[in-house]
Parts: sequence; structure tokens; C-alpha cells
Amino acid sequence: MIADLGFGVLVVTFLVTLYSVFAAIYGELKKIPALVESARRAMLLTWPLLTLTAGILIYLLVNNHFEVQFVYEVTSRSMPTYLKVTAWWGGQAGSLLFWSWLMSAFTSLVTLRKWDRDRELLPWVTVVSGVTMAFFIGMNVFFENPFAQLYQTFSGIESHTFQPANSILFTPQEGRGLNPLLRHPGMVIHPPMLYLGFVSFVIPYAFAMAALITGRTDDRWIRITRRWALWAWLFLTCGLILGGRWAYDVLGWGGYWGWDPVEIAAFMPWLTGTAFLHSVMIQEKRGLFKHWNILLIVLTYDLVIFGTFLTRSGVLSSVHSFAQSAIGPLFFGFIGLTLITSVALIIYRWANLKSETEMKSLLSREALFLLNNLLFISILVVCFWGVIRPLISELFTGQKVTMGPPYYEKASGPLFAALLFLMGIAPLSAWGHSTMKTLGRALWKPTLLAVAITVWIFFTYTRDPYALIGFSLVAFTILVTLYEYGRGVYARMRSQDENMLEAFWTLTARNRRRYGGYIVHLSIALMAIGILGIELFQVETQGTIAVGDSLQISGYTIKYREVASWDNLPAGVNYTRAVVDVYDREGNFLGNLHPRKDYYFDSQQPMTIPGQLASMKDELYVLLINWEPISQAGTTFKIFVNPLVNWLWLGSLLFLVGIIVAAWPDKDPELVTVQEGKRIPQTSAAD
Amino acid sequence: MTETTITTEQRGVPRWAQIIIWIFLVCLLVIMALGLQKAQKPMAEVGKRIPDLSFQFFNGYEYAGAPQINLSNLRGKVVVINVWASWCKPCEQEAPELQKFWEAYQGREVVLIGVDYVDTPSGAMTYLKKFKITFPNAPDLQSSISSTLNRNMGVPETYFIDREGVLKFVQVGPFTSIEAIQNIVDPLITP
Amino acid sequence: MMNRLVRNTKYATLLLLITIGFAMPIIAQGATPTDDEVNRIAKQLYCPVCENTPLDVCPTDACRQWREEIRTMLADGKSEDEIKKHFVDYYGARVLNEPPNRVTTYLVPAVVILLGALLLFRGFQLWTKPTVPETASGTAKREAKPVQQDEYVARLEEELKKRK
Repeated sequence: MIADLGFGVLVVTFLVTLYSVFAAIYGELKKIPALVESARRAMLLTWPLLTLTAGILIYLLVNNHFEVQFVYEVTSRSMPTYLKVTAWWGGQAGSLLFWSWLMSAFTSLVTLRKWDRDRELLPWVTVVSGVTMAFFIGMNVFFENPFAQLYQTFSGIESHTFQPANSILFTPQEGRGLNPLLRHPGMVIHPPMLYLGFVSFVIPYAFAMAALITGRTDDRWIRITRRWALWAWLFLTCGLILGGRWAYDVLGWGGYWGWDPVEIAAFMPWLTGTAFLHSVMIQEKRGLFKHWNILLIVLTYDLVIFGTFLTRSGVLSSVHSFAQSAIGPLFFGFIGLTLITSVALIIYRWANLKSETEMKSLLSREALFLLNNLLFISILVVCFWGVIRPLISELFTGQKVTMGPPYYEKASGPLFAALLFLMGIAPLSAWGHSTMKTLGRALWKPTLLAVAITVWIFFTYTRDPYALIGFSLVAFTILVTLYEYGRGVYARMRSQDENMLEAFWTLTARNRRRYGGYIVHLSIALMAIGILGIELFQVETQGTIAVGDSLQISGYTIKYREVASWDNLPAGVNYTRAVVDVYDREGNFLGNLHPRKDYYFDSQQPMTIPGQLASMKDELYVLLINWEPISQAGTTFKIFVNPLVNWLWLGSLLFLVGIIVAAWPDKDPELVTVQEGKRIPQTSAAD
Repeated sequence: MTETTITTEQRGVPRWAQIIIWIFLVCLLVIMALGLQKAQKPMAEVGKRIPDLSFQFFNGYEYAGAPQINLSNLRGKVVVINVWASWCKPCEQEAPELQKFWEAYQGREVVLIGVDYVDTPSGAMTYLKKFKITFPNAPDLQSSISSTLNRNMGVPETYFIDREGVLKFVQVGPFTSIEAIQNIVDPLITP
Repeated sequence: MMNRLVRNTKYATLLLLITIGFAMPIIAQGATPTDDEVNRIAKQLYCPVCENTPLDVCPTDACRQWREEIRTMLADGKSEDEIKKHFVDYYGARVLNEPPNRVTTYLVPAVVILLGALLLFRGFQLWTKPTVPETASGTAKREAKPVQQDEYVARLEEELKKRK
């Protein structure tokens, strides 16, 4: 009954969205402002409707309504209530609904803003976001109904939206339960973050399309959506980082990124999104890169949809894939539609995207940003080829190949290194005119210091050439960024007579974009330290030992103390936990670790939780493996030592700080400088 | 000079670039469509003739004295292809039934061939010995048999092919009794 | 009869000794390869059944069997390449973590990226070709305005002339 109500509300929402789209198109083409306004109001209706739908679904999830197929598939009686709520995005149908709900929230936010200056953009923004939303809701309505119920028919148990003839409602006693991997608290937040990122990028895309359709190809669409793009990028980056952290903590293979096709499907829009964020700065400052910006936002949106298609249609095999379903063809149709429309519009309006100035020198800041775009697109090409090649080879040679980590690391490594270097040079470059001499003058001090640091690393830590190159680039970037930051603080201290802390605070607060950007770049450099450490220097060992024996790796001694196994029947889990003592080279006791194996009865899936001993220098990571049955006489442990990996997580935290600083809403920059009064004498090539 | 700049900017996308872009787009969409089609296609179609398959039997297994045979050579007989794996628990359920079936139907113009999907040779031999299997078995090398049959990559699956080489029925999942097998095979032997 | 018994016993003992003689080398062949050695190779392979799971991590029974197979092959003295080839023969090239055809794998993206860079560079050259003597971009903008204004004035004059 309630499930039927849920489906009904969903259908109504679908119709309302369609109405909004057609009313906006018709109203705009026939010049009927009332109709366009009606479309806007209809769009506002979608969020309350979808909230109601979601509320009904959550009610069904929490109350064990196993006759609803989705509830049966993702919950079980033993799950705690908060997990039953998060099961909303634990399966295909629910996660599509979640996506639509987020989309309606953002579209409503956009619809509520003041449209006075941009009346002509409004209908098209409504149309583009409405079409996207209609597509996702449509998938729920026609193919993946979260409210479909189970019926007992002559041919067995089937799920239907409407009760078939000669059947009765079938209510299973217990549900299948959420995939145990999704029950970890970190995992709970990873999909919502990613979806937030994906969905928020639809708004800048809608504005870009509106700009192209109406011919208003000036800065307006960028100025409106700049903050959207920033927040979208924030969410997407957080989603990716959380996914990495969660993989590291819970998946039990000692790594944080596996170059799995679905990971890459989420990474590709991040690449173009990052390029977009940087590129729009150039359009604002110099009126250049208009073509680039349209291209990049269109690419981001299309990659989001393409990535969603890849993971949900069964075309790609991956650990992440949802079960294959009928939504594939619909998705394909939508991708075709968006790709063709976007490309056609861009070609149509290409000539209108006039640049306002021109680039002078290959070493100017504009040119470096161009190089930035090129590098990000190149990494995108590498990733895209990696994802699509197995498909091509299977289709044309019948032989399937796997593009694994070696390909990605070899092909994208040099490109990432180039980006790191660029991150270091860019703050020192000058707008407009720049030569080797001006750039060199700014560069030679940090370069020298970076070389000195590299030499020190060579003698104390490692001789590996890749590591040395990587660390030298990181050192260079950190030095330059700190130098620029320090110079600003120092100049402010002198001119405003503030102490260092005050100067630091007010400088950052008054130039949030610039200094937030510096903090973000610093955090990326720190993350690079962590990545270099774990990728180049990770060591592992595996062995079967009895209680009392030990394994050794990298100066650590891991002694097997005991093992215990017990059930938690209400939660439906069996825990097997080992206790190991860790000693260092000198025999000092460092701590106990408790690697665990959790076995979930309902889904018959095990989870491996590592024991971790963390420090900034490295991390000891101990796993319980069951190649052989786990017992006192012989338990198999797999142990990793991951050098420097915690710099990755530290960098992520700093990243968060940096982006919040950069995205923090403020008054128009022009107003701020007027209030400033005293101009800060910043004589540098960088301004 | 500013005029030149403006005219350069006002130039649209050159024709050659447009052509390349559209070709690339179409190719991409075609590849995606083909990939989707492949993912969506269930199995080899019932009612169609199966393309030729080649079986290279395990050590100690043969048919008509030969260590290998092609499906086309078996035209005129009813062929039952059972796909299994030693790591597949449901396969163990039906293994005795299949062996019983083979022993009962020997010499009755029915050929039962086991195909071992993605398995280790040692694991396969252990499995075959465990259930005392005597009907011919071959490994699915490079999964070529599975991809020809367009399998969903699940095990066990059993394919029933009539005397003309047309696929008549696919059983997904294990057989629970020898009668179930007989019910499908008998009509194929004497239509 | 006693002679036959003695003779049979002699033969039996001889047979036993010969069998032990054959068995000795097998027993003394060397320690079983360690888990680390198995993992070193398994890391470079993917599970033929599960999706995109490396063989050293895959928890299924099937993968356990495959890892044991690697161990047996290592004990037999097979090299890493031989073991990888065996897996490819049985399960196809998809079981390797890098495609065997290096050329297509790396050449295609390299060519695309180089072409893109070339296009960009040419575009950049076209952009900077109309030589502007000023060095600051600001002057170019200021220059643009007076020229446009001249144009505008000229058109205005023309229009006025027409209307006269």
C-alpha cells in the first residue's frame, strides 16, 4: 500500500519534471513569460515530491518491509537503524533515487536565486537540468523501480510494479542484508559525497548550455556558476579521497587506489573539473580560454554521465559494478543525446566565443595555464584509453585484455610529475609578458634549495631515481608556495604593522581564493609525499605462524599472541580476531594490533579489517588471511609496511581546510579593495 | 592587427576539424552500443545452430578413441554439453546424476561432454576422480567455448543440442535428478 | 619352493630399494616456495573468475587453488615467465595485468597526446603571429578601443552622408 503510494509520487514527480521542461521550451520559444515562470515553479515542486518519495522508501527500509524487492535486497533484520537508512543508496534503484533527490535540491536552489540579470538563461537552465533529472527519475519509473514488490506467481517469485494476475504478495522472512563492505562508517559517506560532486557539476553545465543556446557567451555563466563548480569539485575530491581511505582501512589489500575501471570513471570528471576550475580564472582575468571552459565543463558533465553508464550497465567488469540491468540502453540513448547536442552547440557557437586579449609569451601565466589544461586532458586520454581498450579489444579481436596498474602508472606518472612541477612554477609566472630571464630570476632560489634537499635525501633515504625526481618536485613546489605565502605575510606585517599571526589571518581572509589555492597546492604536495612513499617503497610479506612465533619485516617484529572467534548473532556476524605484539629493531614494545576477519552470515561475505600502527614515517599494516583455516597452530598473516602513507591523509585534511578557505563566500573582490584604502605594496613578478 | 585578431577569433570550427570530431563521436557511440549489446545478450540463442566448438580432452579422456573432437563431427547425434568447475559447489550436486545419466545412455546416440570453465588442471582432475566421471571432459581453454556460447560466465550450465546441431535448451543451475535430464534428452533422441 | 620364496623376497627388496632411490631426489628437491614468492607472481595476475581482482588478494576457493598451482610450478623450477605463459594459455591474455601488445597500449595515447600538443602549439603560434609591438596586454586592449571607435565614427559619417 505504502509502496504503491511511493511509486505514485515518483510518477507524479516525473510528470512534473517533464511539464517543467516542455513549458520552459514552449514558453521561451513562443515568448510567453508566464509559462516560463510556471516551469520554474514546477521545478521547485520536484524537491518536496522527491523528499516525500525518499521518506516513504526510508520508512519501508527501516520497518523491514521485505515484500518490497529493494528492501529485501539491501536490508536485514539484524542491521542497526542508521545502516538501514544508508541502505537507501546501497543498491541500484535506491541510489538512482538518491541522485534524483540531490539533483532536485540543487535545481531548486538555483531556481530560487535572483534571475533579474539573466532572464534569458533561466528557461534553458531549467530545460537542461530538467532533462537530466527526468532521465534519472525515468530510470526509476520504468526500469529500476525501488517500490517494486515481490509476488508469488506460477513461474516462481517475481518482482513487479503492478500485481500480476493470479499472484499473491510474497513477504520473505528476512532480507539479504547490505553488502558488508558498505556497513563501514567511512563507506556510508563515500557514495553521497561522490553523488554530490557529480550532481553539482550539472548546474554549471546547464548554465554553459544556456549560454551557448542564447548566445550570451560572455563571462556571465562563469561568474554565476563559479562557486557551484568549486563546491562540486570539493565534494568530488572528498568522495575520491574518502573512497581511497575506506579502501585502505577496510578492503584489506594494503592499498588505497586500484585503478579499477569504476574508480577511473569517477576520476575522469575530476580531472576535467580541476582543469575547469583553473581555466575559468584565466577567462575572468584575461578573457581568454572561452573555448576551453565550455569544452571542459561539457566534458565534465558528459564524463559524469558516461561514468555512471559504465558502472551501471554491465558493459565493464569491475568490483564496483552494480548488477547488470535494463537501464543500459536508456543510458546509452541519453549519452548519445547529450554528446551530440553539446558538440553541435559548441561548433555552432564557436565563433562567438571571442577572446578579449591574446597570449604573448610561451612562459606567461596564461600559457602555463594552457599547459595545465593540456596536461589534465592528457591524463584524461590515458585514463579513457585504459577504460575503453579492453572493450575495443574484446569487440574486435574476441580476446579480452586487462589494463592494470602498470599501464596507468607508467603512462600517467610523467604527466603527474609535470603537473607537480607546474604547480610550483605557476605562482611565480607573470601575466602577459614573461621570458626565461624573468621566470628564471624568480625560480633560481627555490630550485637550488630543492636540489639541496634532493641531495640530502639521496644520502640519507634512497637512491631510487623516480623517488628522487618526485621528492625534488615536491620540495620545489612546497618551497615556492611557502615563499609566496611568506612574502605576502611579511609585506602585510610591514605595511599594516601587524604581527605574524594577525598578518597571516587577515591576508588569507582578504584573499581567500589566492591563499586558499596556495593551501590546496601545499596539501597536494603533502599528498604526493605520501603517494611516492607507498607506491615506491611499500614492502610486504606473508607467512603462516603458530601462536608464539613471529614474522619480521622492515625492522619490525610481529609476534603472534592469540586468536579468538566469537559470534555476534543479533548483528549477524562472526568475528575472528588475532592479537599481535609489535616490536622494533631494538626489541622495544611498540603496541598491540588486532587484525580481524568479520564474516556476515546473511550475505555470506567476509571482511578483512587490518591492524594498523601509524606514524608519519611509515605504517605497519597487518592482515589476517585465510588461505588456510585460522587457528592457534597456524594462522596466515599478510603484513605491509607503507612508508610515508600518513602524509597522504594529512595532506587530505589540509586540502579540506584550503578549499573551504577558497570557497568561503565573500563580498565582491572589487568592493573589498575599495574598503582597503591602503594598497599593499606587493612588488613581485607574480602580480 | 586587432582586426586580424578579431577575424581569427570569428572563424568557426574548420570543416576538417568538424568532420574528425563527428567521426570520433560516432565511433565512440558505436563502440558503446556494441559493448552494451554484448553485455545484454543472454546466451547462445535457443533454436539457432551452434557454431563449431573444439574439445581437447583432459589426460585419460577420449571419445571414439580420439583425444579431441569438434562439435561438427558429432552431427547426427544428440550432444549434451555440461559446463562446470571444480570450485563450483552446485556442480558437485549434479555430478553423480550426470555420471549416472552417461552410464544409462551409453550407446544411445547421445554424447555427453563436460567442459571445465576457468579451472586449474589439478583441481579438475581431483574433481573428476572424486565423482568417478567417465564421460569425456575438456578444459575451456582461454574460455573460447564459453565466449562462443555467449555464456553469462556462471556455472553449472548445460546445453542440449539436437541431431541437426541446433541448440534446443539451456539449463542454468544444477540438475537435481537424473529424471530431469532424461526428460529433456528423450524427446531429442526420438522427436 | 623355499628358493622361490627367497628369490621373490630378494626381488621385492631390490624393487623397494629402487623405488626409494627414485623417491629420494623428489623429497630432497628443495623447500616449498614461500607465500611471498607466490604472491610476487600472483600480484601480476588477475583472478580469471572474479572481476578485476588481483590474484594475490582474491579470497575465493578458486583463487586459492590457482595460488597453490603457482606454488607447485615454482617448486618444479618453472620461471616467472613460464608460469605467466601457462596462465595465459589456459585463461587468455586478460589474466595478465598488462596487455601483451605493448605497442597499441602505449602508442595510441602517446600519439593522441602529441597530436593535441602540436595542435595547441600551432594555435598558439597563430594567436601570437599578428605581431603587437607592445609588451603589456593592456596597451593592446587600449589600442583596440580607439581603432573600433574610428571604425564607428567612420560608419556614422557614412550614415549621416546617406541621410543628407
